[in-house]
Amino acid sequence: MSDHSHSTEAHKHSPQEVSKHVKIYIGVFLALLVGTVVTVGLNAVHFDSIKLTVAIALFVAVIKASLVACYFMHLISEKKMIYVILGFTAFFFVGLMFITLSAYADLPANTVTH
Amino acid sequence: MEIPFTSKPRPDTGIYNSKVGIWLFLASEVMLFGALFSAYILLRVGAPEGTWVHGLLNIPIGTFNTAVLITSSVTVVLGWASLQVGNFGRYKFYQAITILCALAFLGIKSYEYREKFLHHEVWLNHKIKVKHGHQEVETDRIIGHLEYEGHHQYFWNTKRLKGTPEEKDKDGKVIKAAVPPVESFKMIPDAFHYTMTPKELAHARKESAGVAHEEIEIKASDVKRLSAFVPSHSTYFAIYFTLTGLHGLHVLGGAIVIFYIWGPGAKMWKTDPQRYMNRVEVSGLFWHFVDLVWIFLFPVIYLL
Repeated sequence: MSDHSHSTEAHKHSPQEVSKHVKIYIGVFLALLVGTVVTVGLNAVHFDSIKLTVAIALFVAVIKASLVACYFMHLISEKKMIYVILGFTAFFFVGLMFITLSAYADLPANTVTH
Repeated sequence: MEIPFTSKPRPDTGIYNSKVGIWLFLASEVMLFGALFSAYILLRVGAPEGTWVHGLLNIPIGTFNTAVLITSSVTVVLGWASLQVGNFGRYKFYQAITILCALAFLGIKSYEYREKFLHHEVWLNHKIKVKHGHQEVETDRIIGHLEYEGHHQYFWNTKRLKGTPEEKDKDGKVIKAAVPPVESFKMIPDAFHYTMTPKELAHARKESAGVAHEEIEIKASDVKRLSAFVPSHSTYFAIYFTLTGLHGLHVLGGAIVIFYIWGPGAKMWKTDPQRYMNRVEVSGLFWHFVDLVWIFLFPVIYLL
């Protein structure tokens, strides 16, 4: 296997470290599948409150997204530069949502919303 | 000219340049999808009662497609990990699964789109009796498949019922034949309607399982509006096709890049393995982002 000799100089992690990572990846994969089943399952329950349904669905989605970001995208152990970029992104993302939704802060008295 | 720091990390940042590049790109992607999500929220919250479409997407298919995308995400990272220990063969195997998953996702999504283009809603001038499962309901809105001259029709709208005159060019040659107006067509109604509450909808679905569909003859003169499930049907379908279409384009773009690195671009593994691994990592980061967007899209579009 000539491929092995080429790659050895480029190794970033030891085989032991990688096999530990692989276990984590499989664990995250299973957690994501379970999360999907939970989301669909909870939806079949039909809570009376729409707000509760939305909150639960988004809560599970946030957990799943965090797992992908932290472990598959390695954000759990990244360099400072990446965190700085994402810090700015988070700030502007929250700002975008907040400003859009502020359209509902001062509605005329007879407006019907859900 | 060689681009600096594509293999080795830059001393001051501690990371190679392509990684900074992809994260900056992903930051702009967050804003792009964020803007569309906020548009979705505003449309949803502002929709008058009974007009927001829900329950029309196929949840089992959507769930399966979610699992397909999650699987492709884990194979990307497993492929990258295989390269870290120098196992190129295993990397090729895992990324092949990723590419197959991407194609499967797009295939399933196309099937879903086709189903939507086949489905229609008709708004009538007066109420008629429609069977929803065992229940008979009086309504002026019917959703279901549309049949005309023995075939299910795609993309029909109110204009189509009126027909179109033939079109001629300057020399009087017919370039488009006339489409005769429609006098009547058949609707094969779904067992439920999206104006029902989620509970009623689930009940109607359950009750109608195994019950034969009853066709309804609709006169064109009774039709107030007719639309297939296309963006112009409603704000729901407009934002549905915008969000899922844009996401689908991302899946396609990501799959092409991953395929290039996996196939023709794999020569680099022999000449510059570290740079090759970096390419795999960077394309993987994009792929995980695409997965991450779907994690939010799926519950928001299919379930809520």
